[in-house]
Amino acid sequence: MSVLAPENRQARPAPEPGAASMWLSDGWTVTKRNLTKLKRSPDMLVFAVLQPIMFVLLFSQIYGGSIQVQGTDYTQYLMAGIFAQTVIFGSTFSGSAMAQDLKDGIIDRFRTLPMSSSAVLVGRTNSDLVLNGISMLIMMATGFVVGWRVNAPFSSFLAGIGLLLLFSYAFSWVMALLGMSVKSPEVINNASFMILFPLTFISNAFVQSQTLPAPLEAFANWNPVSALVQAARELFGNVGSVPTPDAWPMQNAVPTVLIGAILMLLIFVPLCIRKFASISSR
Amino acid sequence: MIEASGLKKTYRSKSGPVHALAGMDLSVPRGTVKALLGPNGAGKTTVVKVLTTLIRPTEGTALVDGIDVLSNPKAARRIIGVSGQYAAVDENLTGFENLEMVGRLYHLSAREAKRRAQDLIEQFELTEAGNRPVKGFSGGMRRRIDLAGALVINPKVLFLDEPTTGLDPRSRLSLWAIIKNLVSDGTTLLLTTQYLEEADQLSDDIAVIDGGRVIAEGTADELKAQIGGHRVVVTLVNPADAGAAREILGRHGDGEATVGTDGRTVEVGVINGPRALQYVLGDLGQAGVELHDAGMRRPSLDDVFLKLTGRHAENTDENAPAEKENAK
Repeated sequence: MSVLAPENRQARPAPEPGAASMWLSDGWTVTKRNLTKLKRSPDMLVFAVLQPIMFVLLFSQIYGGSIQVQGTDYTQYLMAGIFAQTVIFGSTFSGSAMAQDLKDGIIDRFRTLPMSSSAVLVGRTNSDLVLNGISMLIMMATGFVVGWRVNAPFSSFLAGIGLLLLFSYAFSWVMALLGMSVKSPEVINNASFMILFPLTFISNAFVQSQTLPAPLEAFANWNPVSALVQAARELFGNVGSVPTPDAWPMQNAVPTVLIGAILMLLIFVPLCIRKFASISSR
Repeated sequence: MIEASGLKKTYRSKSGPVHALAGMDLSVPRGTVKALLGPNGAGKTTVVKVLTTLIRPTEGTALVDGIDVLSNPKAARRIIGVSGQYAAVDENLTGFENLEMVGRLYHLSAREAKRRAQDLIEQFELTEAGNRPVKGFSGGMRRRIDLAGALVINPKVLFLDEPTTGLDPRSRLSLWAIIKNLVSDGTTLLLTTQYLEEADQLSDDIAVIDGGRVIAEGTADELKAQIGGHRVVVTLVNPADAGAAREILGRHGDGEATVGTDGRTVEVGVINGPRALQYVLGDLGQAGVELHDAGMRRPSLDDVFLKLTGRHAENTDENAPAEKENAK
């Protein structure tokens, strides 16, 4: 049978849709593809779900007894830190997935199609936002079980979730650019581990920065992760009577995170789109 | 339909610039099939990548159906179909989902994309596999899905980069049948291959490429006329007979007979294969030359290369740029 049988002749591309609707529909098509992948290879999902549960239990039940935070109960203090750490690590997936797609040649396929030039990146960062959202829900449920409570109005609670997800979404674009710039997906995993582990631990995520040696304390106070944690703590009403360090980003945590996230997006979205227009598998 | 001229692509590398394309000119008329024949590293994949908007050449111009691919890649993407050397299908999606996704990204309506995916699944005999994730598929089936992906819109121009490399003979034959069918519909096709037989089977016209440029061009018959039709090859029991055998083969062959590096394989290009083989065997028998093996074979890329460049296709690495075809 002829592959180009007459009854298929009308299978021509529709008149080109407008740029905005094309962007939406292409972005959604790629998002759907990524989510299907998530569903079919559940190891990723399991990791995204189990790791936060383990961290919540580890810190609240095992270290929690030994770590004293002046002014509040450790579990209340801890949760914002774990939220921040988990969504930041979750964002690195955007990088390794882009690198993997490039290696598999799928990017070549996408790049020969008349699709919106940012759709693959939008789809990638969108689906990782969904993954981070799922992780957040699981962590909140686990936190609730071990005694974490939100002491803030519901709107403030939602703002806290929104801020964590916004920051992680912006960070996904940073990682996506890295993912398109390295030779293999493994590089991303190793590099992000080496950079993000210290970044998330030398912060106020698990301990008060005042307890750190002076140079590390200064680093922790200006570390963007600390600002994110501090902002989430404030919005969830988990600060208690813990004193806020004197550094500007700590005193103005919510604006710091907002500005940081917007700056990341303004810089890295255009860089990613430019990079994408020239990449191809080797 | 495809018009490329003066294409150059230079990569920087630690050991100096690498010229993946060194001034390639290419012309494929509407409704014809052109095969780019060359060894690894000759520049085949690079030129396909340039023509399919994946990479920008350092110099040169490229038109596909009158559209300048360099200045208007988006317009070019609307009319081309591409299937690469490494089947670019999503492992976690089913065959159907892969094709549907491609259809949506060509901006077919949701219904149209589904219908087209279903048609292609049936036509490519992937019905049983259509609803399973590609992960479990054989190499041949993946290639078929990848090829189907290139046909989701009926593309005006189709690019197939080594469509059968790495496939077992049976999958290769089945893919050939599909491609021949396409070609009979008048699709303009640019195909790259390392196999002379494949170029012969599928194309109207062959361009032999080496070192990033075209070194010979013509129909399969014209090329074969240059290198002789078949080749008669005999393997001797005793290497001492090589001289005699060479003389006998030369007598019935079209040109000088050559002795292989093992000192026991003697071969020559011939015009009428079966007859030459009969004569050669008769004469060798009379001369008392004992044989391990004797037969005819079709000329290979290596024969073409040897004839055109004086060196073997496998040993082109020092001149030809690394095309990174094997890097994955």
